[in-house]
Amino acid sequence: MKRFFESDLFYSFRKSPVTILAFLVTILIIVTATFANIFAPHNPFDLASLDLMNGSMPPAWYPDGSKEFLLGTDNQGRDVLSAILYGTRISLLVGAASVLFSMVIGIFLGLLSGYLGGTVDNIIMRCAEVQLTFPAILVALLVDGIFRGILPRDAHDNLAIYVMVFSIGLSSWVQFARTVRSSTLVEKSKEYVQAARVIGRTPIFIMIRHILPNVMSPVLVIATINLGLAIITEATLSFLGVGLPPTEPSLGTLIRVGNEFLLSGEWWVSILPGVALAALVLSVNLLGDWLRDALNPKLR
Amino acid sequence: MTNKIIPTTEVDVQNLVKYFDVSAPWLSRVFSGQPKQILKAVDGISFKIQKGETFSLVGESGCGKSTIARLLVGLYEPTDGKIKIKGHDISNLDSPKALRTLRKNVQMIFQDPFASLNPRWHVKDIIAEPIRAHKTLSDNHAIDKRVNELLDLVSLTKVDGDKFPHEFSGGQRQRISIARALASKPEFIVCDEPTSALDVSVQAQILNLMVDLQKELGLTYLFISHNLAVVYHISDHVGVMYLGRLAEVRDSKSLFSNPLHPYTRLLLDTIPDLDMSGRDRMPVAGEVPNPIDPPKACRFHPRCPFANERCKTEMPLPTPVPGGYVECHGVQENRLPAYVPIVR
Amino acid sequence: MTEALLKVENLSIAFKSRHGELTAVDNISFEMAPGEILGVVGESGAGKSLTGSALTGLLEKPGFIKSGQILFENRRIDNLPYEQMRRLRGLKIGAIFQDPLTSLNPLYTVGFHLVETIMTHLPMNQAKAKDHAIRLLTEVGIPAPEKRFEQYPHQFSGGMRQRVVIALAICANPKLIIADEPTTALDVSVQAQILRLLKTMSKEHGAAIMLITHDMGVIAETADRVSVMYAGRIAEIGPVASVIKNPQHPYTQGLMAAIPIIGHQAERLAQIDGAMPRLNAIPTGCSFNPRCPKVFERCYHDRPDLMTAQDSLAACWLHDKTR
Repeated sequence: MKRFFESDLFYSFRKSPVTILAFLVTILIIVTATFANIFAPHNPFDLASLDLMNGSMPPAWYPDGSKEFLLGTDNQGRDVLSAILYGTRISLLVGAASVLFSMVIGIFLGLLSGYLGGTVDNIIMRCAEVQLTFPAILVALLVDGIFRGILPRDAHDNLAIYVMVFSIGLSSWVQFARTVRSSTLVEKSKEYVQAARVIGRTPIFIMIRHILPNVMSPVLVIATINLGLAIITEATLSFLGVGLPPTEPSLGTLIRVGNEFLLSGEWWVSILPGVALAALVLSVNLLGDWLRDALNPKLR
Repeated sequence: MTNKIIPTTEVDVQNLVKYFDVSAPWLSRVFSGQPKQILKAVDGISFKIQKGETFSLVGESGCGKSTIARLLVGLYEPTDGKIKIKGHDISNLDSPKALRTLRKNVQMIFQDPFASLNPRWHVKDIIAEPIRAHKTLSDNHAIDKRVNELLDLVSLTKVDGDKFPHEFSGGQRQRISIARALASKPEFIVCDEPTSALDVSVQAQILNLMVDLQKELGLTYLFISHNLAVVYHISDHVGVMYLGRLAEVRDSKSLFSNPLHPYTRLLLDTIPDLDMSGRDRMPVAGEVPNPIDPPKACRFHPRCPFANERCKTEMPLPTPVPGGYVECHGVQENRLPAYVPIVR
Repeated sequence: MTEALLKVENLSIAFKSRHGELTAVDNISFEMAPGEILGVVGESGAGKSLTGSALTGLLEKPGFIKSGQILFENRRIDNLPYEQMRRLRGLKIGAIFQDPLTSLNPLYTVGFHLVETIMTHLPMNQAKAKDHAIRLLTEVGIPAPEKRFEQYPHQFSGGMRQRVVIALAICANPKLIIADEPTTALDVSVQAQILRLLKTMSKEHGAAIMLITHDMGVIAETADRVSVMYAGRIAEIGPVASVIKNPQHPYTQGLMAAIPIIGHQAERLAQIDGAMPRLNAIPTGCSFNPRCPKVFERCYHDRPDLMTAQDSLAACWLHDKTR
């Protein structure tokens, strides 16, 4: 721990106020969303507690707003703040899980491709190029469509979250694989890898214990930046209605549902989840940018 | 350098060949109509190393000396020829027996002390890696004890084991590299330019350490370098390489007192004059040609002041001379001028 | 000695880091006469390359000149604005670096490099510049210069590339050439050719050369005087023959003894134990004191300045006459 506080990484963090702010916002969002059941004033999914009498209330700073519903309510009487907290939790979960998924695939294929080279490399990289010709949204739509076709309707709603993770993850492994591959090529030619080969270590051991720790810095940077992207992709899909169902609303779903009330003046139902989404993605991206600069050996 | 009672051959390299295919990818070759390009890095080389001695390979970049190092430790597989270590053939890397002989008997020290140690590993884990890989010791306590012995052997301390490589200077890292090479108790160590990345005062420390360890543990070294003065200091036998061939293989004393091959003479002539004798050395014309398309027949003939028609048409074969052999028509025909020694 | 061409006075170069300032070159002074070859030798990190960069105005951040001044033809150049320094560099001060490949842009022909540089610094038109360029290529020993003029850097071998870089450095007939490890990346047989070329250039053009290297052999062959640097300071400076044959500073003595020499039979080499201190751990007093075999009380407290020691100057209290 002491080593961390004395490290260059922590130093560059301390020197950048924007990064500190982004970090604090991210932490705030993550903590409140993760423990939404504690922080949220209401449970938006407890249908019994909903009261139509409280429907369509504006935020608390409006004269007819109420302290009980800080950010107002939707037409069902659901507290917007609580819905945002629960929605963020789902957005974060889908984002993080899909990044983790693509990271694992990407690292695995990138290591194989870079270390083994030859035919394996050719096959993996050609697949990656094919994958790249499909935009992330299209892949997600495609996968989602396939699952919709295969799975019965109820099952789909239950499995929607897995489908999302799978389809978003599948569309972004290429970046990880390419980065890991190129770093692996650099590391592979270094003498410590040759030393391990002379000692008689197996390729798997060398890839995992020797090379992997040395290629993790760029992977972490991409993971952070991709987290923002994944959250946006999920929101887009949910907004388009092919993502998470309203029974399990993410930020994107909230924006879509609220969108219907935008013209009737109840802007808070959709704009406020949008603001939360923007704040989350912006701070995560700022963190990613800082991490990229701090870990870039050329700038150090 | 050691008291040889009965000299036993530790390493026997016979007619070793290593080609690399450096052609462009198949498709672009078809379009541009280029032929395949073969880099003949090592093209028919034989030598023997006796147990407990230091055999050096010296030559300029691209001559194939590093390729030989990598062939001997099993990083490359020979295209042709045989490598025998303690009588066991190790040229076929698919054979488990060959691999066992290799891993047990051969280790390597690398050139760049900043790249040869994994920056994310503790020094003690780096040194213990051969022990763990071969499971020569199993319990952690015994491994720790052995690592401390090794650290002591290369004049580092127990505390150094808990540090990371970046906390050490170049010379200290090379000590760590040596400790790792010794961990599996090999008898034969391939040293690929182990001091060329180091500063002179540190180079002396490492060379002294290597000499001490050789005496103490009876090690056999293959020492690869481009620095003739270092080679002179450390070697029992020296092979001079030029474009994949051995131009001259002699015992150190004969080679440095009476070099025979024109290329050896050229190399000796390029050594800066630290005695300040005012000797004006003759710069040699030309540079090492591209090894992808080396000169036919004698590789050295385009740069050789003594080349004649035969040198351009016929590949010279090893000619026995005092202390070793030389591949040169001029030496065989006894038509080279006598060597004017720069060495006193 | 004639009027000095270059005077470096109490130059200190430091790096700003989060642990405060690290002094990499610590209060060094020396002079260079016109046409002389001064060798600067030292281990990596001794500050020799930084000194060279400061002279060419190519010191990179976070490094900066902390104190002292550099006088070139009696004019201060360490505080010149970038544009003026750029004009001076090339016209009056040439630079040659270790790796000839990175000094040349692979996208342009060798001829383009030369003509471009010549026209920047000299009042010549395209045709005249080309003639001059071909003359230069001939002078640095490149065969078939007309043909080579049209070729790209990758078509040149390492030694030939370094010749092109030398041609670039001398194209405006500079008074001073800073050569930073010009032969380190080259094969030994080519090294000798390049050193000989540098020497000829210095003689024929009357240019002074500062030859920065870690190789004492290169210095012995080429330089008139040599300055030995250790931990950011000059340990010893003097005529090359005296420093090599009769070194006065214990560091130089150790360094010379540690170099293996063909014909000198020895089981073990003399070695200086330990390593050069890191910048953040330079000891007080003489920076060589932890490794010095002749260290005494005073070395731990007072930093020695350069003082007369036979034919040279050495920064060592052993030569303190008032002692």
